[in-house]
Amino acid sequence: MSKSEFEPRIVALLCNWCTYTGADLAGTARMKYPPNVRTLRVMCSGRVDPAFVIFALQNGADGVMIGGCHIGDCHYAKGNYSSRRRAVILKDTLESLGIDPRRFRLEWISASEGDKFAEVIKKFTKELKELGPNPLNKGAQDA
Amino acid sequence: METIKLKINGFEVEAYDKQPLIEVAEKLGIRIPTLCHNPIIEPYGVCRVCTVEVRHGRRVRMVTACNYPVSNGIEVFTDSERVIRNRKMIIEWLLGRCGNVPVLNKLAEEYGIAEPRFGRGTDNCILCGLCVRVCQDIVGANVLGFFDRGPNRYVSTSYDETSDLCITCGACASVCPTGCITIEGLQEGIYKEMPMGPITPIHIDFMQAVPKKAVIDHDSCINFKTGGCKVCVDVCEAEAIDHSMQETEKEVDVGTILLSTGFKLQDGRELKEYGYGKYPNILTSLDFEVLNNANGPTGGKIVTQDGKIPKAIGIIHCVGSRDKKYHEYCSRVCCMYALKFAHLIKEKIHDCEVYNFYIDMRCFGKGYEEFYNRLLREGVNFVRGKVAEISDATLDKSEEGKLILRAEDTMVGTVRRIPVDMVVLCLAVEAQEDAKSTARLFGCAVGKDYFVNEKHPKLAPVSTPSDGVFIAGMVQGPKDIPDTVAQAGAASSAILSLIQQKEVETEVVTAVIEESMCSGCHICVDLCPYNAITFYQDRKKSEINEALCKGCGTCVAACPAGAAQQRNFKDVQIYAEIRGLLAI
Repeated sequence: MSKSEFEPRIVALLCNWCTYTGADLAGTARMKYPPNVRTLRVMCSGRVDPAFVIFALQNGADGVMIGGCHIGDCHYAKGNYSSRRRAVILKDTLESLGIDPRRFRLEWISASEGDKFAEVIKKFTKELKELGPNPLNKGAQDA
Repeated sequence: METIKLKINGFEVEAYDKQPLIEVAEKLGIRIPTLCHNPIIEPYGVCRVCTVEVRHGRRVRMVTACNYPVSNGIEVFTDSERVIRNRKMIIEWLLGRCGNVPVLNKLAEEYGIAEPRFGRGTDNCILCGLCVRVCQDIVGANVLGFFDRGPNRYVSTSYDETSDLCITCGACASVCPTGCITIEGLQEGIYKEMPMGPITPIHIDFMQAVPKKAVIDHDSCINFKTGGCKVCVDVCEAEAIDHSMQETEKEVDVGTILLSTGFKLQDGRELKEYGYGKYPNILTSLDFEVLNNANGPTGGKIVTQDGKIPKAIGIIHCVGSRDKKYHEYCSRVCCMYALKFAHLIKEKIHDCEVYNFYIDMRCFGKGYEEFYNRLLREGVNFVRGKVAEISDATLDKSEEGKLILRAEDTMVGTVRRIPVDMVVLCLAVEAQEDAKSTARLFGCAVGKDYFVNEKHPKLAPVSTPSDGVFIAGMVQGPKDIPDTVAQAGAASSAILSLIQQKEVETEVVTAVIEESMCSGCHICVDLCPYNAITFYQDRKKSEINEALCKGCGTCVAACPAGAAQQRNFKDVQIYAEIRGLLAI
């Protein structure tokens, strides 16, 4: 990693049934996407407590993404609906905490959309590069 | 009941004491002619045609068989010389009043009366009073009655006016022996209410009904209108009829559930260009199925609304399916039943031209393609292209009353205009209207077309995300009968294997609520898609049923007290993972 260019760190909380499998597909299909993303598997996007997102952003992440099944396709019937409702409030909360809400994303990526996963990560990385490092990041770029 | 012995025409018979004589004779197979006797109505002995000779010891009497109670030791003659002579006289008297009634004429012929001595009257009511009694005693509507006296006596309604009390049950017309009572506008009235023909209040819904039991139609049964009748109760030997039965709800505890709620046909009126509901000779596939059924209103004859045999019939495939405006999916069953219709039409009306308008022929099953080829040989016309509109825009007299189909023929590359007498629309199959709420009730999800999603399209095609809930048939998606039967078989064996196990395997990652931390806030209860969380009012705590929990963790993320935790996905574990990812 060259010191001159900023490489954002993205924490992706992915649902086991859709986005995690989609990310897997992106890998097995050898699609190219930036290595900035670090994935974390949860059973459902509904499992993601907004506190996780805030915690990650406070502790060195430049961006956080939640990936879930498309609306109506949730493996658990309606977990992603909860996730969607929480995301709306979370964006407001992030703003009041002084964190740019653009550092948080909620994406619906199904198990067959490996290309969409790669696309989303590319886009998110590019956006975060434009936003620059997370100000809460205590300057720790070397971790 | 006491049994007695008597002789009829020399045969010794046993009967109950005071049993009406006509019943005893009937059992013996001896026919006694009668006009005013009806088993459901108290005998009255008014037409006198059933007159017989009864000897009791030395006493000889002429009595009416319908209301004569038999007693021990009597001897009955139903066709002795004296009986015949008497009956002849009675029939002649009756003819003197009603000379042109077919039943009476038939009797006259039977008894060799060529020309009655008292002439032939022009009335057609023999004043037997069956109608009056059925209206009063059985139906309880009290509409009909006798008016005037002596030779002027007649049956009518109050003040000879149309009665508001009449419920048009038709009982009077059905009991009238001479057929002098008719109900005006009966046919049109019924067909206006029920275009597929009348049904009796007691009927079996359809031939394949399971259970195949008769039901009473609440709206047309006389008993629910007047509280009377109940003839069926008297007639039913099994004593199975109970008018006082009420709808009840039963709670049944079960371990597994098979969802098989089926489908509904799309409403043809949604497709304005096809004019369903506007032109009477445009039928849906189900309408045609009823029309073509041997038990149907026409007895299986394929006829247009005005009773004519159609010379050309158009069958339109993919109406509402494979159509971006309505349903993108293929309804799967239409191609094959449309071919069946074409075949049956050809079989019943040889010279009828049948036009099939299709996008693609999807003959996917065993023997299906062969059937399609057979139809091509049978001379059914296939036009590849969608019908743009159906109208009654006829060009000349020869096309009058016909429906004009305009369709593109992509094989020839031209637009065709085909006049037909009848059109069958193969409408799309749709999920039931309440499919979404039903699915939610059982913890299942529906896809974008509201068909219930299976757990996995290949690995678990009959299971749903809710353990113990299985699906079969159109509820999961359009499919034909063989597929449905196969799926139902798979589902029932899956159910049986679950029952055989006797134990339920639970998920590894279920959520649990730490009782000491639970504040009883209820948030988790409403979030759970599987109704796995119960709130206990007495303890003011929520508890998760681990057999039902699927481990999505939505409740864990929502729990404000942190009392709910998911096994292997505890908050601390996830925080540790995040720390690991960020290397802090």
